[in-house]
This record gives sequence, C-alpha cells and structure tokens, in this order.
Amino acid sequence: MNCRSEVLEVTVEARQVEEAMLALLHTILLHRSTGKFHYKKEGTYSIGTVGTLDIDCDFIDFTFVRVSSEELDRVIRKAVSEFKDALNNSGSDGMGQISLEFYQKKKSRWPFSDECIPWEVWSIKVNVVNLANEQERQICREKVGEKLGEKVINVVEVINRHEYLPKMPTQSEVDNVFDTSLKDVQPYLYKITYQITDSLGTSVSTTMRRLIKDTLAL
Amino acid sequence: MDSDLSPQDKKDLDKFIKFFALKTVQVIVQARLGEKICTRSSSSPTGSDWFNLAIKDIPEVTHEAKKALAGQLPGIGRSMCVEISLKTSEGDSMELETWCLEMNEKCDKDIKVSYTVYNRLSVLLKSLLAITRVTPAYKLSRKQGHDYVILYRIYFGEVQLSGLGEGFQTVRVGVVGTPVGTVTLSCAYRTNLAFMSNRQFERSAPIMGIIVDHFVDPPCSSQRPANMGQPCNYRAPDEEDGGPFAGVQDSQEVCTTSFSTSPPSQSIHHNSAHVLLPQALHAGKEGGVVLVPAHPPHGTDAHLTVEHAPNTPGSSGDDDGLSQSGEGRRDEGRRSVSPSDPVESLNAFTRKVGAFVNKPSTQVTASLDLPFAAFAPRGLDSEENDPMVQPPDSPPCPSPLQASLHSQGSEGSGQQDDFVMVDFRPAFSKDDLLPMDLGTFYREFQNPPQLASLSLHISSQSMADDLDSLPEKLAVYEKNIDEFDAFVDMLQ
Repeated sequence: MNCRSEVLEVTVEARQVEEAMLALLHTILLHRSTGKFHYKKEGTYSIGTVGTLDIDCDFIDFTFVRVSSEELDRVIRKAVSEFKDALNNSGSDGMGQISLEFYQKKKSRWPFSDECIPWEVWSIKVNVVNLANEQERQICREKVGEKLGEKVINVVEVINRHEYLPKMPTQSEVDNVFDTSLKDVQPYLYKITYQITDSLGTSVSTTMRRLIKDTLAL
Repeated sequence: MDSDLSPQDKKDLDKFIKFFALKTVQVIVQARLGEKICTRSSSSPTGSDWFNLAIKDIPEVTHEAKKALAGQLPGIGRSMCVEISLKTSEGDSMELETWCLEMNEKCDKDIKVSYTVYNRLSVLLKSLLAITRVTPAYKLSRKQGHDYVILYRIYFGEVQLSGLGEGFQTVRVGVVGTPVGTVTLSCAYRTNLAFMSNRQFERSAPIMGIIVDHFVDPPCSSQRPANMGQPCNYRAPDEEDGGPFAGVQDSQEVCTTSFSTSPPSQSIHHNSAHVLLPQALHAGKEGGVVLVPAHPPHGTDAHLTVEHAPNTPGSSGDDDGLSQSGEGRRDEGRRSVSPSDPVESLNAFTRKVGAFVNKPSTQVTASLDLPFAAFAPRGLDSEENDPMVQPPDSPPCPSPLQASLHSQGSEGSGQQDDFVMVDFRPAFSKDDLLPMDLGTFYREFQNPPQLASLSLHISSQSMADDLDSLPEKLAVYEKNIDEFDAFVDMLQ
C-alpha cells in the first residue's frame, strides 16, 4: 500500500505562522477524526458525536472549523508552537515544513518493535516573510486569508477522493488505528514532525518530535 | 438498478440521503447566521446526531427544507439548492451563492450502504462545514446587521445560477458514490460583488428600514413571495417556547448509531444490533411559516432630551424648597420652561448637577432613561432669568445651601452644560461639612455682580454726561479760582 502524500505551501508573515498552521492542521484533523468508539457485544460498536467550533484568526482574515476537543487543540497548539519557535530561532530566512502523518501500527512479534506504517502524509511548507509597513501587513492579512481558503479547498478535494482508509478495527485492534487517548474524539493515529531549512535549502536540523503516545520499543 | 440493492439497504440509503439533505441545509444556513457556531463533542451517542456530527437543528430551517423537498429526495435531475442572497436596508438584493446537492447517474454498486456510504456522507458534511467558512459570503454574513442582511431560499428541481452574475466560480465540496447514483455537493458563488442597481425591488416585501423588522414577526410573512428568502438570523427561542415547530424535533428518526466490526464482506443489515427505528413522521404541527421572534425588537433609540420630558412644575422655590432639594432637583432636571421666580432661578443656579460629585444626584437621572441626562442641552433660559445678567438675591440663609452647593458648578447659559463639572475643592480648606467654609464662600461669591460704574452702558452714559457738563464746571471753577489758590497755598 502506498502512502498518500500531499504538500501544501503557504507564505506568511512571522506572526501569522501559528494561526495558519493551526487552521490547516485542524482542518485536516476535522476530517480524520471520529467520535469515540464504544464496543458492545457481538462485535458491534457505536460512535460518539463530534462537535465543531469556529475559530477566528487574529492576524489573518480567516475563520476555520476545528473539532470541539480542548485536549486535541492543546496537543496541536503545542506542536505548532514548537515549530514556530524553531522557525524564529533558525535565522532570518524562515523556511520550514511541518508534517502531519497518519499511520497504522502493525504489531510485530518479539523482539521486533511495532511498525508504524504511514498511509497519509500532509506536508505544509512555510515561507516566512518580513513586511515593511502597516499597509503591506493589512494586504497580507487578506491575501493569506484567501490563500488559506484555497488550501482548505485543496484539503477537502483530496479527502473527498475517498482513497485508502484503514479498515474499521475490532476492539483489540483499535489502538493500532486510532488514537484513543482523548476523552471526546478519536482521531486516526497521527504524528507531527517538522523541519527547518536554512538559507542554503538544506535541512540543517531534522528535529523529530513525537507528540502522541507511542508504544514503546519493547 | 435497484434489484441489486436489498430493500433494507434501499430504505437505509433513502433515509441517509434525506437526512443528509436536511443536515446540509442546516450547516449552510447556520454558517450564514453571522455568528460563530459551537457544538460539543459527546463520547456517548445520543441517537439523534446524524452522521456522528453535532449539528443543531433549527426547526424553521428544517421546516423550510422539508417543504421544498415535499417528500421527494434529491435525484437525477432533481437537485436541492440553497440560495444565499444579500438584501440591503434599501431593499436591493443580490444573490451571493447557490449550494447544490445533486445526484448523477454514476453508480457504485459495490459500496456498502450502512457503513461506507454513511461514513463518507459524514466526511462530506465535515467538508461542508469547512468550505462554508471559505467562500466570500461567509465574511459578508459575519458583518450583516444594519446595512444588510443575509437571506436563504431552498428550492428543489433545476439549478438556477443566472442570478450570480458573470464570472461566478464553482467549488466542489465532495462526492459520495452510492448504489443508486453519486451524490455531489458543490457551491457556485458570485465573484462580481458590484451591486446590480438595475435589479428590481421585491414586489410585496416590506421595506427593510432597519434591522428591527427582522426580529419580529413580519405581518406578511405567510404571504412572502416565493422568490424572497428567509433571513439568516434565527436565534433559538427559549426552551419554553413551543412554537409551531416544536414537534419537528420529535419526528426525527433515530439515526444509525451502531456499527459492526465484522468484515465488510458480511452483510451488515442482518446484524441484530443495528438500530434504525423508523417513526411516523409527525405532520401535525406544520402551520404557516411564522418566523419565531428571535430577539426582542431593538428598541427605538431613547431620544430623551430634556425638552421631550414632561414638564412638571418645579418646586415652589420657597425658602425651604432648597432643603427639599431632592425633589427639586428632579424637577429642575426636567424643566424646560424658564423659572420666573428669582428664587427659583437661584434654585436653578444652585442645583446644576455635575459629574463626579460627592453626592450623586440620582434623583435627577432617575426620571430619565439616559445616563447623564442632566447634561443634555436644555433650552436656554431667557436672558431675564439668567443669573449672570440679573444676579439672584443673596441667599436667604446659608444652611439650606449646604446640601445642594456641593453638587454645583456655576450655572450659566446652556453652553456650560457641555463642560464636566468637577467638585470644587479649594486648597487648604477643610472638609466641607461645615457651613460656609472656604469653598462655599468662593462659590457663593464667585460671580459677583458687576460694578455699576463699570458697566458699559452706564459708563458710556456718564462719559457723555461729563462731556456735556464740562463747560459748566469750568465756568464754576474759574469763578472760584481764588479759593483754589488759597487751598493750594495752605497745603504747601
């Protein structure tokens, strides 16, 4: 099975990085989260309800919809915040990429650790610019809002192709497919990583952060 | 075509499509209400959250959608459309976008209805939630209010895009294949937002003067022309309000809440845990289209000025009237007729209410709805009663002033009302609980009357007189010149 890979590119001002990333990551996760599964007898399960929330951006003329789950929001915000700090500290050039990867776990026998097999990867490339004056910033607000709208349409387009999705798991397998650690929603297993590119275009520090509970190697 | 589909599957599919259509309309209209939407996730399924999404059902919207569908389902050649338009307060309107739920002939026979189709419809609804915030009409709808409002209209049948102007764009939200056809959801939105001034006005719609109309039952609501939309400004009524639509909620069929983890090759419909309880549709409560009042009507502005307030006679202005300064104040504040009694004008003088006063004169403002109503410009007192020109008599006794003077500034013409009065605390003065302290003294004698000799009128008069009498005086002095000389010698 091939892993589906999608790339989105945005050019933003430094203070817009956080909101732009949140908007895109949450839009993707909205589509890749379901309600909590409750398994019953006879191999059936029921699914909880996912609520949604409109979020207005402060630095961008844009509103996005996210899943109504404070826990999930906290996790994503933490990841985006680290990415933003890394971008700031990297130097004035400000190019980087944050990736959201959905994967499945495949249990292996001892002594091998579980495999993580990605089935969908979203890469968001960010290019940070510095603007000279307030007028440019105002134009940037609107332009970035429009661009993000286009990206949301791209995301929706890809998702609605209804290509490969992991099979609905049985109760014993559910943790191999879904992240069941949250109280109110259940996204597919995912991880967020990022890379900062220096001005030469090469990847200087490939920093891998695992932001979900991994199963530990042995 | 249907022979491949089991009756149960067919029934489920029809139900899914019907409720998908209703939820689609809800999402679109709610996204154009002008407010941020917030619903909560719930880990335990309630059975009424179709497609596992918390989408509220506004009864009026469901009613409109059902009316438009009239028992049919979107099918090939029969699309369900939601048209979003903008209407200005002058009555001009413009179509902004049209959302279309269509069905085409491309069938996906192998797909599992109760499992895959349901989940994909759920994903499509999420996509709709995301896309409704992206089209240009979203920003317009968030800013709706006094200048314009957003209306929606649901119709069934042929898609009409001609009202969107030239160069409209289309965005496809998504598709879901089913055994009977492919469900497609898309949006066509206007890009040319220049107003079409040649658009004819709605024939029988009321003039949308101000937003007030929207929040009450318009008298002609049941006779609204077919091409006039419903306003997108519904606010949920109170819980106690039954309304004509209360029954609609109950009639909703319980949605699929249970799934099977059996491999897809097995037919899921035979699973006894499948919960689909069809209930009879509740048709009884569909009355006329009455817009349930949402907000209480915006009150007309409280244009209460002193002039409009009822004119009550002031306090009698007696000597002891001052001590009843409470009531007197109120009346003074409302008075628009000049007091004729000089003592009353003293009352007017001394009862000017100022901001930041020690003793807040609540009695004054209690009668008026506006705060600081006492500062509203009042009619100018005629000059004859203006204490600056005609000074009031000296105050009869100091003690009655104590209660009122602390709140005073100097009276004057109406222009002084514009200034904020600050309590006067002269330096080195004691706390003004005692009568006739320094501050009181200052205030009392702050505006002494002009010296008679300094008044222009009198001085000019005297000058003329002097000049006239000069020759006579000179003659007299000359006569008495010896006396003057003797006097001068005496002094030396």
